[in-house]
Amino acid sequence: MTETRERTLPTPGEVKPTQPTRRPARRRVTRGSSIGSQVGTISALFIATLYFVTPIYWLLVSATKGTGTLFNSFGLWFKDPQLGQNLRDTFNYSGHIFLRWLANSLIYAVGGAIGATLIAAAAGYALAKYTFRGREALFSCVLAGVMLPSTALALPLYLMASKVGMLDTYWAVLLPNFVSPFGVYLMRVYAASAVPDEILAAARIDGAGEIRIFFSVALRLMTPAVVTVSLFQFVAIWNNYFLPLVMLTHESLFPSSLGLVLWDSQADRAPGLYVLTVTGTAVSVVILIAAILSLQRFWRSGLTLGALK
Amino acid sequence: MQASASTQHVRRHPAARSRRRAAVILLVPFFAMFVGFFVAPIGYAVYQSLFRVHLSETLGIGGGQTTVFAGLQNYTRSFADARFVASVGRIVLFAVVEVPVMIFFAVILGLLLDSASARWPGFFRSAFFAPYGVPGVIASLMWGFLYLPSLSPVVDILGWFGLHPDFLGSGLTLWSIANIVTWSFAGYNVLVVTAQLKSISPDLIESATIDGAGQWKIARYVKLPLARPAIILATVFTIIGSLQLFAEPLVLQLIDNHVSPTYTPNLSAYNEAFQYNDYNYAAAQSVIVAVLAMILSFAFLKFTQRNGSDA
Repeated sequence: MTETRERTLPTPGEVKPTQPTRRPARRRVTRGSSIGSQVGTISALFIATLYFVTPIYWLLVSATKGTGTLFNSFGLWFKDPQLGQNLRDTFNYSGHIFLRWLANSLIYAVGGAIGATLIAAAAGYALAKYTFRGREALFSCVLAGVMLPSTALALPLYLMASKVGMLDTYWAVLLPNFVSPFGVYLMRVYAASAVPDEILAAARIDGAGEIRIFFSVALRLMTPAVVTVSLFQFVAIWNNYFLPLVMLTHESLFPSSLGLVLWDSQADRAPGLYVLTVTGTAVSVVILIAAILSLQRFWRSGLTLGALK
Repeated sequence: MQASASTQHVRRHPAARSRRRAAVILLVPFFAMFVGFFVAPIGYAVYQSLFRVHLSETLGIGGGQTTVFAGLQNYTRSFADARFVASVGRIVLFAVVEVPVMIFFAVILGLLLDSASARWPGFFRSAFFAPYGVPGVIASLMWGFLYLPSLSPVVDILGWFGLHPDFLGSGLTLWSIANIVTWSFAGYNVLVVTAQLKSISPDLIESATIDGAGQWKIARYVKLPLARPAIILATVFTIIGSLQLFAEPLVLQLIDNHVSPTYTPNLSAYNEAFQYNDYNYAAAQSVIVAVLAMILSFAFLKFTQRNGSDA
């Protein structure tokens, strides 16, 4: 599949990646769409929106309630709001542990995303641009890695980490997340079309070393794929629960998801924790959704990388 | 033979040698870590699954544990364990329902967003995509609250209509979990589908319109076939994700006693390892989940390839 792509490399004249033609304007052709079909379509989209947004709205409303009103008032409307109080309680609880959890989430997700992206870009570029024996065999291993469920790795990784004494460290969660087979796959597909051989040849004639060419020429041409892979990895790590769950026992190393489930599991005995769990969940959701929506345009440009073959 | 020929080749071209060295430098970080964190754990899990801990009854505290080779005993034990077999059956049932529902839902929403009748596609796309930013455990905590009769506005509202569903009852639990998964990932799949639909040439849609095709026909006969690669990609990831089901039941078991410790294969493996310290048995169960996911993904890909060549 990638073979055919390499043969259809752009000629020196058109070095831009072979992106499909963009539509000239955002507004669609509305010809041939009756009022009836417009109303039907928009109603359907609106109902779907209610489904996706209502739980988040409920969470935000609930984050303003105290223990009493949380359980004894209609969930979709405000009752005696006390958001400031809840936020203070959540962040002050147990020596600002929640702040620590949020910071840990950021460390794992940002660190893992940067590491995984650089490593995947280097491997994907090498697989796309250097010919050597065993290249396709290596790439098949990468594809097999894509199919492997990550939760199947968590248990043996735990056992291995305990053997080398790495349990309960930042590295136990960070290092496994540096490996993204799907990232390598996307990088190879993208580098094959976005990094023309002619530019590499020109850089070589100018006397640039191979590694320097990768960092100063290829990596720049691969920017859309770099952004996409790092975002994929960021969200995958932020959302991953199994790996930190088995690797960490000290609360001070927990990411926010692990910490919030801990609070939730203790709320039976300490009902005040329900309010903290709900408020903490709301804070964590607001942060992540804000990050995702503000970066959404990068997602869209990169998402078809894997599918367009 | 080939090796000596290529070293000669390298000697003649210093540029080729520097390229070879660069390729190695660029490939080593990934593949070293791939071996360390993918190949080795799987190998280790397979190895561990072939052993078992033998407890000698004569000794009390302070020992009496020896690890002995067990062959395929952990696997035969897994398949003889009614609860584990039930968990595999449950997860396959879950995937059989969840995958088509998820893909159908995502494709319909994707086509609606892309259709000429849609307004504010950016707003709707963002609304659908937002739940993807909510981690699975957080989504489960949230929906868990929404399923609890004492807290849930959904239960309140349904009550006005005389409906009293028990979202955490034995019959509905699995589908309550399916709802959480659909809610979390449908928007992501919608985005994958619409990204592919956007790459369709407007000229193609234009000429289909001139030929008199209505919106429904354009969606069915032009857009849907061209969105195929994105749909296949989304399906494979949904299959793999469904079989890995773990965080959602783990969180729901806090409030729903129908979620047993062996509700899904992953949950079962987790509990075997951390509740009963039976790492060998847990390793066998992990291997079974991984093999099942790979078989189903490959089977699906083969199926689409064969169907694709027919079309």
